[in-house]
Parts: sequence; structure tokens; C-alpha cells
Amino acid sequence: MSMLNIENLHARVEGKEILKGLNLTVNAGEVHAIMGPNGAGKSTLGNVLSGREGYEVTAGSVTYNGIDLLALAPEARAAAGVFLAFQYPVEISGVNNTYFLRAAFNAQRKVRGDKELDSMQFLKLVREKLKVMQISDELLHRAVNEGFSGGEKKRNEIFQMAVLEPQLAILDETDSGLDIDALKQVAQGVNTLRSPERAFLMITHYQRLLDYVVPDFVHVLADGRIVESGDKSLALKLEAEGYAGIAESHPAGAAA
Amino acid sequence: MNQPASLPLVDALLQSPLPASGIGWLDTARQENRAAFAASGLPDTRVEAWKYTALRALSQRRFVNGDAAAQTREVDATALALPGVDGPRLVFVNGQFRADLSSVDALPNGLTLQPLSQALQVDAEPLRFALSRYYREAGDAFARINAASAVDGVVLRVAANAKIVSPVQLVFFGASADAAAAGHPAPAAIAHPYASDLAWHARNIIELGEHAELSLVEQHIGSGEPSQLATLVSDIELREGAVLHYTVVQNVSSATSLIRRSNVRLHARSQAILHVLELGGALVRHDLQAELIGDDAQLDTRGVFMPHGRQHIDTQLAIRHQALNTRSSSNWRGVASDRASGVFRGAMVVAPGADGSDASLSNKNLLLSPNAEIDTKPELEIYADEVKAAHGATVGQLDERSLFYLRSRGIPLNDARALLTTAFCRAVLDDLPNEALREHLSELLIAQLPKT
Repeated sequence: MSMLNIENLHARVEGKEILKGLNLTVNAGEVHAIMGPNGAGKSTLGNVLSGREGYEVTAGSVTYNGIDLLALAPEARAAAGVFLAFQYPVEISGVNNTYFLRAAFNAQRKVRGDKELDSMQFLKLVREKLKVMQISDELLHRAVNEGFSGGEKKRNEIFQMAVLEPQLAILDETDSGLDIDALKQVAQGVNTLRSPERAFLMITHYQRLLDYVVPDFVHVLADGRIVESGDKSLALKLEAEGYAGIAESHPAGAAA
Repeated sequence: MNQPASLPLVDALLQSPLPASGIGWLDTARQENRAAFAASGLPDTRVEAWKYTALRALSQRRFVNGDAAAQTREVDATALALPGVDGPRLVFVNGQFRADLSSVDALPNGLTLQPLSQALQVDAEPLRFALSRYYREAGDAFARINAASAVDGVVLRVAANAKIVSPVQLVFFGASADAAAAGHPAPAAIAHPYASDLAWHARNIIELGEHAELSLVEQHIGSGEPSQLATLVSDIELREGAVLHYTVVQNVSSATSLIRRSNVRLHARSQAILHVLELGGALVRHDLQAELIGDDAQLDTRGVFMPHGRQHIDTQLAIRHQALNTRSSSNWRGVASDRASGVFRGAMVVAPGADGSDASLSNKNLLLSPNAEIDTKPELEIYADEVKAAHGATVGQLDERSLFYLRSRGIPLNDARALLTTAFCRAVLDDLPNEALREHLSELLIAQLPKT
């Protein structure tokens, strides 16, 4: 059984149809890259999978480990192992980063019937993860994302992912706005977490992240559908030819 | 002359005889204030200061004025403890001093702490100025009935240069009329058709001498569900260079109406830092009237009000800058849920001649239910030069993006709401230096959050 099976997914935002019959299958252990031009529906896909309000699914299905993912509340999806690294992580003033992460960690464990960790046990776990991710522990003492630089916010997303250990990680333009050092650091974090039990869906506009996190599959998303799939060489082709060529060969409104 | 319509509340409060003091000027002041209360009754919503707080329902209620059995009401002393507050303690039950619950032995040097009832017997003259005041404004009804009826409260003085480190705790405890201690049957006097509904009044007089320092915690609590009307009027005088840290924790029962008024006068280079948490009560009103009368005086007020159920909590700040280079900052947060309502008015006046003053005020509010309401009104009047002033007020809902972020990490919706609401409130209490007390306030406000 595949981990994630998306069939004929149609979704609307504010009455406008964005996803128009998207099909995608992801198996455990695989890294998939979703590429495409602005407005193609890349971020909508991430938001629909994580359960954000305002995204109306009008047709199709998403099956995750055999269950109907779309029927679950966002927190239930998280507890089931789905994680979204946000394109724009939210600043939450007054909520300490470590406190927040422990609340999330324990909430997920509670749903799964695992024992919750007290603050000492959790701090120990967090320190181990920080070491692996090469992240400064200064981030722990601050409010969630408050006053973080763009790079720090993205690193914090990857750090949360490392602590929460999801089965399916969706990275929404995690590479955008990063300088090359920050990009390498984020990529190293992702590579550390690659495992046969875990799958990644990397949504990206540019090919450069894929130099550091090499995907098993690359898909081109255009006008709400996956119009082309291939291996990592597809990303290089896109880099050379741009999305214009793809758009020409798959005109808008063409039947899926 | 227009006579106000007879109101059950006013009639009932006027039924009981005035307390007799045997002190001529005090009896006169009580009679005058009582007569003024009888003549003008209660303010209605046409009086600007009461625009958003209707007294219509309260005015139809009847209360017995004063509790003849206050000395025998049963009070669980363990309920009085507050974390981080370990100084002398004065406890007032239904407005009367209770020596058995208080601890005023071994007071630190420089601190005078007495119940008003005793201070009047020992030497009333120093209290004459405060207690012979005549209230003139249409909205002053409760100050008038308080001046006419209060028999107790605290008289607290800190000598010049004395530093009182351990916080002094004042507890105002509302006890049900039907909860008299075993073996102390309620006196016949309160065997009345409305015997369980009491009104009581307390009066505080607080003065810090030059360069004195004091930490003061005022606590309002109760046991059971007494249906009460309570008023408290406090005069607080800070002499030159004095510093007051003042925390108010209001968590009275949901059937209590509590009307408080604090008059604070700040002399040169004095400083008052006020933290307020308003949680309980049916109808709750606090008027803080502060006058910065000396150069370089400073006032910081921080507060959170959290009406829920059908509560109504009204906070009115009136801050007057009357001297050079005075500074005030006010930062208040309101959270209303269910069908509750909150009112916040922050009026700042920079008087002619108060050049170089700095006045800022912020009031942010959260509505957690479509049926909740908060009315906020910042006001600023400037009559001086080179003044820095800023004010702002907002009313909104929890941020949907933040809620989704927390939920996407596995935090259930209700927990996510509680986390964000708590953070919203804590932002203004975080500079309370007493850490144990600060954590306690946090726990109290978390306990009040909606559970569904």
C-alpha cells in the first residue's frame, strides 16, 4: 500500500478553482519534488493536505496510510504523522518555542497512546536534535518565530520536523528566501531525516534545493494538475528550459 | 425639583441606620453623603462615566446594608494564601476586620498597619481629611454610600525612607450570609426577607512617606455564591520619591457586584506600578483616578479583565498629568467570552503647565464568542507643550493563521485557543517582578478560559 494516494483532486480557494484533477502517489522512503510556475497550485496542495481552512475540496480523494486524510482535523493529521513546513512560518508572540513544541509533541503522543514527556525529558530530546540539526539552542528560548530572520524561521521548521518525526513531511517552498549557507543547512537537516519509513514532498519553485536534497521523483505542476513526471533530470531540464516550454505543451484547460 | 424615582436598591440601603462613631465630623460627613445618595440615587447610562454599564438590574435588587454577623462568618484560612506573598496580612470579611484571620504581629520597622475601625478609636484626627470628603459628581453614587456606610478598611502608612520588602496582603472576603459559623446563629437583625443578600463597604487610606517603598497585594475573593454588593474606596498618597508596587487580584464569586474606586496622588519623583487581574463578579466596576501632581512622577498600569458567562467588567482610568516631565503608561488587555461584556475607558489629561509629559495607553481586546462585547474608549486631552502621547485600542478575534499553525503541529483547537489567549494576557503581566505571584496570576487566568 502506498503511503499517500491523491486521486483526481479538485480544490477551490475563495471560489476559484486551483487544483483541477491532481493525481500523485508517494511511497514510504521516497522523496518527491513538486515544481511549477507561480500560481500553478503548489502551495494549495500543501495547504489542502495539512487541512487549512478556506480550501474547499470539490472532488477527488486523498488516502493516507489507508485512511481518508481529508476527513481529519489539522491536529489529527499531525498526530497521524503529516507535517507541513510552512512557506511563511507564523510569529506567535508570548508563546515560548520550547513550550509550544513540547505541547505539540505531547499532544501527538497522547493521541497515539504513547507516554508524554516531562519538561526535563523533553529538553534532553530537544538538545539531541539540535546537535544533529546544527541549530543554536538560542532559538529555544525565544517566542515562536518572533523576531526570527527568514533563515531562522525555515531552520525552526526543520527543527520542529526533527522533533516531531513525521511520516510524511511536506516542505512548502522551504528554500525560498534562503542564502546558500542557510539552504545547505536546511538541506542537511532534511537529508538527516531521510529514512525508509518516511516520505517527503518538497514543493519548490527553483531547482537549486534539489542539488542538495536529491529527489527520487520530480513532478511538474501546472494549472492545477501534474503535467509531467520524471527523475531528477527533469528538474535540470526545467532549469534549462523554464516553465514556458511545459506550459506550451500542456495548455490550460486541456483534459487531464 | 425632579425627584429620582424610588429604586429598591437605594431604598434598601437607606433602611439601615448609619453606623454611629461618636466623632462629630465623621457623623456629619456620613449624614451628608447619605443625604446626597438619597437625593440623587444611581447614575443612569446618560451619565458619561456609566454609559456602558447599566445599573438597571442592580437597582431593582435589595441588600441589607452591613453584616452584623461578619465576625462569625466561617472562612477557610487556607484559601487566603497567595504564592510569593508572605508579609503581614489584613483580612476583612464582608467589610469588617477579622483579627483571627489576620497576621499583623512583628511588623517591619516603618510600617503602620491598622484596621480603620481601630484607627478611628485611637486617633481619628489624621483621618479627617480623607473621611470627610463630599462627593459631587453625578456618577459618584457608590462613593457616597461608601462614605456613609464604611466602618472598616485599612489604614496603612510607610514612614519616610522605609523599604517594606515582603508584600503586605489585604484580603477582602465575601462570605455568604447563610454560612455563619456553627454555634453562632445569625442575629435576629438579619432575619429579613432578603437576609442572604448583603451590602458592605470598605475604605482604605494608604500613604507612603518620602522615599518609602512598599509592595502591596489586594485580593478580592469569597466562598460559596454570596449575592452581595460590595464597595471599596481607596486613597493612596505617594510622597516625594516613594515607590509602590501594587497588585490587585479580583476573583469574587459570580453573584457579587463589586464597585471599587482608587484615588492615587503622586508627588514629585514618586512611582506607582499597578498590576490588575479582574476575573470574578457579576457586575464589576473599577475607577482608577490618578493625579501626577509632582514633577517627574511616574505611573505604570497593567491589567487584564476576563469577563465570561454573563459577567460585566468595567475599568475606568482617569490619569491627570499636572506637573513637569511626568510619565504614565497603561497597558490593558480584555478577553470576553460567552455572553459577557467588558468596558475600558482610558482618559489621559495633560494639564496646562505639565510640559514634557509622556502619556501612553494601549488597550487590546479579544472576543472569544460572537455574543461577547467589549467597548473601549481611549481619550487624550493635551493642554501643555512638548508632550509625548500615544494611545490605541483594538478589538479582535484570535488570529486564524496562528491557530492553524499550532493545530498543524498537533495541538488540539481548544488548547491552541487557550495557548494564544494566555499569551495575549500574559504580555501585560510579564513585567510583574514577583515571579511566584506572576505564575499564580497566569494559572488563575488559564483556569478562567473557556473549556469548549
